[in-house]
Amino acid sequence: MSYWKEFIKGVWEHNPQLVVGLGFCPTLAITTSLSNALWMTLSTAFVLVCSNVLISLIRGIAHSHLRIPLYITIIATFVTIVDLSLNAYQPAVYRSLGIFIPLIVVNCITLGRAEEFAQKNSVIRSLLDGAGMGLGFGLTLIVLSFFREVLGANQLFGYTLIRGMEPAAVMILAPGAFFTLGLMLWAMNTINSRRRSK
Amino acid sequence: MEYVVLVITAILIKNILLAEYLGNCPFIGTSKKMSTAIGMGMAVIFTIALAGALTWAIQKYALNPLNLGYLQTIVFILVIAALVQLVEFFLKKSVPPLYKALGIFLPLITTNCAVLGIAVLNIRRDYNFLEMLVFSIAGSTGFSLALILMTGIRERYEITDIPRPLQGTAISLITAGLMAMAFLGFSGVDTALKALQ
Repeated sequence: MSYWKEFIKGVWEHNPQLVVGLGFCPTLAITTSLSNALWMTLSTAFVLVCSNVLISLIRGIAHSHLRIPLYITIIATFVTIVDLSLNAYQPAVYRSLGIFIPLIVVNCITLGRAEEFAQKNSVIRSLLDGAGMGLGFGLTLIVLSFFREVLGANQLFGYTLIRGMEPAAVMILAPGAFFTLGLMLWAMNTINSRRRSK
Repeated sequence: MEYVVLVITAILIKNILLAEYLGNCPFIGTSKKMSTAIGMGMAVIFTIALAGALTWAIQKYALNPLNLGYLQTIVFILVIAALVQLVEFFLKKSVPPLYKALGIFLPLITTNCAVLGIAVLNIRRDYNFLEMLVFSIAGSTGFSLALILMTGIRERYEITDIPRPLQGTAISLITAGLMAMAFLGFSGVDTALKALQ
């Protein structure tokens, strides 16, 4: 597979949430605003890329019995780096993402990519895979949070869009998150089945 | 009374799945069959109660006195992973029927974010031992309740004619949205209960 394909597969073909079905919790929880989504994307992509690269580097040395705890420790280390840096430099973001920063550890995408990809592939491929998966994960967050922020808060990046309009608050609450993700999945399945039938 | 409010809040008002968004992967993944959902639910309650108590004790008696708070994420996830393994061994050796019922779900629980989520929330909300225990059990009961309700609905979808692109995860998410909306109806119950005091 070419390097470009390795990178771009995370966006559509192997999109973490919409195709693989992993990582729903942060996707639903923090997409109340676009800026949250962007910070979450950045954090998750950083952890994905770093852990993929490191795990790929040690792929010959790691003992197969101990690999899962080892991978979890590696991932948790990078998550701690993100956690502490956000707390120090972006306290507002840190507060609004809340427990979903430490929970990147149990975002099945990171461990899933380590187990499924990084431990079998070269460093460059693992790096591209991590970056692509991070991008795909992030694009889902961004689309979802766009709709939720616009419809649920009548805002974009915190700026009011239409003055005097009452937003549909349910979009900011939990039901809106589930509905929007469900509809996105529906749209994606429809497009995919149209493509296949052509 | 304080604990009653805590229980009702954790199960109905701030349901761990439908309002706090924790544990959605197993919620979507294991809600196809009732027997699976019940097994998963029981395994989650059991693990979260144990993991909650253990991580709370570690935070209070090891990390805090030693000023190692920054190791929280790493320590907690390793403790949870080790605990899940231990529980699996223990059940396999000493309670085989229970192992048969819960065994296959246990490895999945390590990456169930409800476990780490509740462990971290216990610390962030500064609960004492009893509050921690009540919240852990009530939170995981809320998870199981939502999971079992969802399974009941999804079993009916099996015999329903759903448009192909909506089948599976898509319709489950929309169902979860409707359930979350129903659960929103409980909001305010906690203030009413507190006012009774």
